[in-house]
Amino acid sequence: MNIIITIIVTALVVLYAGLFKAKKALLPLTLIGLLTSLAFVVTSWNTNQTYYGMMQMDNFALAFAGLAIIGTLFIFLLTQNYFSANSENTAEYFTLILFALTGIVIMVSYKNMSMLFIGVEIMSVALYILAGIRKNNFASNEASLKYFLMGAFSTGFLLFGITLIYGATASFDLDMINKYLVENPQSVSPLFYTGVILLLVGMCFKIGAAPFHFWTPDVYEGSPTLITTFMSTVVKTAGFAAILRLFADTFAPLHDFWLVPLMVIVCLTLFIGNVTALFQKNFKRMLAYSSISHAGYLLFSLVSLTASSMNNVLVYAVAYTFASIIAFGVLILVKQKTGNDNFESFNGLGKRNPFAALALTVAMLSLAGIPLTAGFIGKYLMFLNVMHDYHFYLVAFAILNALVGFYYYFKVIVAMYFKEGTEVELEMPVQYKVVLALSLIITVFLGIYPTVILNLI
Amino acid sequence: MEQLLILLIFLPLVGAVVTAFLGNAAKHVALGSAILSLGLTLITVCNFTPDASTQFAVNYPWIQDLGINFHAGIDGISMITILLTNVLVPIIILSAYQHDYKKPNAFFALILFMQFGLLLVFTALDAFLFYIGWEAALIPIYFICAIWGGKDRIRVNMKFFVYTIAGSLFMLMGIIYLYLQNPAHNFEIQAFYNLNLDAVQQGWIFWAFFIAFAIKMPIFPFHTWQPDTYTEAPTPGTMLLSGIMLKMGIYGVIRWLLPIAPVGVQEWGHLAIILSIIGVVYASIIAFTQKDAKRLVAYSSIAHVGLIAAGIFALNTQGMQGAMVQMLSHGINVVGLFFVLDIIASRMKTNKIADLGGIAKKAPQLAIAFLIIVLGTVALPGTNGFIGEFLLLIGIYQYQVWAGVFAGLSIIFGAVYMFRMYQNIMLGKTNDLTIGFTDIKGSEKVVLYVICAMIIALGVYPKPILHLSEASVQQLIEQVSQKLTSVN
Repeated sequence: MNIIITIIVTALVVLYAGLFKAKKALLPLTLIGLLTSLAFVVTSWNTNQTYYGMMQMDNFALAFAGLAIIGTLFIFLLTQNYFSANSENTAEYFTLILFALTGIVIMVSYKNMSMLFIGVEIMSVALYILAGIRKNNFASNEASLKYFLMGAFSTGFLLFGITLIYGATASFDLDMINKYLVENPQSVSPLFYTGVILLLVGMCFKIGAAPFHFWTPDVYEGSPTLITTFMSTVVKTAGFAAILRLFADTFAPLHDFWLVPLMVIVCLTLFIGNVTALFQKNFKRMLAYSSISHAGYLLFSLVSLTASSMNNVLVYAVAYTFASIIAFGVLILVKQKTGNDNFESFNGLGKRNPFAALALTVAMLSLAGIPLTAGFIGKYLMFLNVMHDYHFYLVAFAILNALVGFYYYFKVIVAMYFKEGTEVELEMPVQYKVVLALSLIITVFLGIYPTVILNLI
Repeated sequence: MEQLLILLIFLPLVGAVVTAFLGNAAKHVALGSAILSLGLTLITVCNFTPDASTQFAVNYPWIQDLGINFHAGIDGISMITILLTNVLVPIIILSAYQHDYKKPNAFFALILFMQFGLLLVFTALDAFLFYIGWEAALIPIYFICAIWGGKDRIRVNMKFFVYTIAGSLFMLMGIIYLYLQNPAHNFEIQAFYNLNLDAVQQGWIFWAFFIAFAIKMPIFPFHTWQPDTYTEAPTPGTMLLSGIMLKMGIYGVIRWLLPIAPVGVQEWGHLAIILSIIGVVYASIIAFTQKDAKRLVAYSSIAHVGLIAAGIFALNTQGMQGAMVQMLSHGINVVGLFFVLDIIASRMKTNKIADLGGIAKKAPQLAIAFLIIVLGTVALPGTNGFIGEFLLLIGIYQYQVWAGVFAGLSIIFGAVYMFRMYQNIMLGKTNDLTIGFTDIKGSEKVVLYVICAMIIALGVYPKPILHLSEASVQQLIEQVSQKLTSVN
């Protein structure tokens, strides 16, 4: 609870600091707040506190909250001059990101369906505004509107599902719902089945899994890159944590029932994400589609429920988050210099800024799942997970998709090293160096020695 | 003694990191690191008892929660491949001395990093470690070929990369399957050997591994990436690919495929031999028609590797021992061939056979060295190629007479296209282009003399090499046949 309170207080303090035009103080205040909440994550470890049956701060919740906070921290470090160049109201944006983070912490720790809904809404409303941050930009407005419409639509599904499940079980409490399933294995109400499907659809909208992914590319492309980074890393991870809490735990007794639709979703997501990413000329849009395909790999954890399913998602999410932060960080720099985010803008980056090129290369290798990077360990765990139930065809299909993935991830490596570009050097602010270096170290370290996070949850 | 292996494996990695941060001194440091590795290898060989046991073994827990250990060791079969790697890498680095590669530090660091990956592959006794080494050897060679390669390098190398990684991902699937079957839930090679898999399971395991290895070697029809990649790669890259990397596939078959899935090999091995021999004949015929010398050598390499693969799948001591020697000989010969072609290309700016001729008059030393290498390649008695191909042919002949006959064609074909190439490039009249050819000098001399010396030494007295691997090979064959009789 103290984590949430800290974040909210930080958000309000930042808002007031903005009111008094203390622009210089915004970033330090935010960082102090986030570090404090991170400290609370560490001190609450293993305590497993429950708050009035509404939220449960178990290690699962704390691990994902910690990841979300660190991810947000890194993204804030990348903000240097970013918002002030876009708009006057920097403080508001800081506050909105912090509010979204609050929603995320609730999403990963809910123990009651109503909290799930509240968490999703707190997060989403803040994000609708953030997507439209650039008031005078057409694409940004489009992104915001699309995100809002689709988000509202999917929230409808979510709410409807929750209602039906309440109708069947007379409870919002996850334990009670699970108890209902365990006690009536033969006579589960049809309402319940419908509710599960609606929840699955609603959540798949939120994480951008096919065939509910249509909003992602446009929203990711139209939003300011920094917000896209936030959406595709922290927000996405939170969505997965929320799904896992529900499906890997509460709905686990009905696994046979929701496995079929899930498999369809997984295969479609992998296929559409990878194949469409292949045809993108725009790096940012490619990352958007690749994030769809990663959603597919992440869903592997639900295809076979094993003791380590949850931890596997955490490992994958960590690998994905830091690789994406590097990718978007370099993208922001390149875009500031060249003015567009096509693959051609990366031409010759190997010479213009060797460190940025190296970091981006490692990030791409990690996203593609090459050994000695964290991404490989993540993919390996996912394959291992589904092989437990001998889903050979799924793994074979995933391998074919991974091969497609190499093509588009290597496109940017090819551009950076093998193509000649302008000779203009790309200088990098200190904060970017710190964030990229840290993410790089995490990616390589976890690729070589993942033991540190394998048994976290 | 334990630390010797650790030192041997990680020295190239340290060398790579140091080299990466240097400027123009990079090549000297890289060469120093490679020679140090060679020295360590020689110490290892001297301390190696040529029996069937695994020596210098190290076993440290690595990722315990997943049952992954850093378990590595050397037996006779590994010893040969380690020797091959660490002898060839300094030669390859030295052969690059005459060139001015852009960013030499990255170039040489990548070569050393690849050496590290190769050594992991050749010593790993843990399937996961083996896989890591397998990929760790691939990434640097991709960058070497794609950054410093020829005009069409981007497309060609993407094909190469996706092709090989496709194979290795299916192998990973096979490894995960074996891991799940293993009650101890680890990747220990001995545990994999002892698994009781039925014929169907072994059939699948065979294919999961075979495709990965067949692409790497490459065996027909998985070879389509190879000629383009060899031609477009910078010469040191071609040498690494053909001299050492394709041996990963052969080594993989011997170390992992045969002992783990003998029933699968019994069922499908026949097909593998047929494919290998088709590859031998097919590649030889294509080699005839090549206009580019580098491409010709690339195809000849497919033919030679096909013969080695057929010898292994014949599952007898002669074939296997022949494969051991031939791995080493082919590595030395093919590196020599590509180096000679590189010398010619760097002076004449072409490798087109028709454009060349009469170089022997201008460069007698090069002509003699080239001749010795060609003789080694066509397996003339008294050169290193002879003993290997001879044993391989006996092995294949014992397996099946007709297979032996067709495989034997490769020697005749090989002699024809190799001599024809030699004749057209070195002999005849000097033309306008070759009139200005200068003979070899400096580091070129050193490399060629060393290669020629090895060709003759191994040809005249191959016993030490045969002796190194004999016990391990015999034990492997026994192990496989025991497993087969217990199943039947």
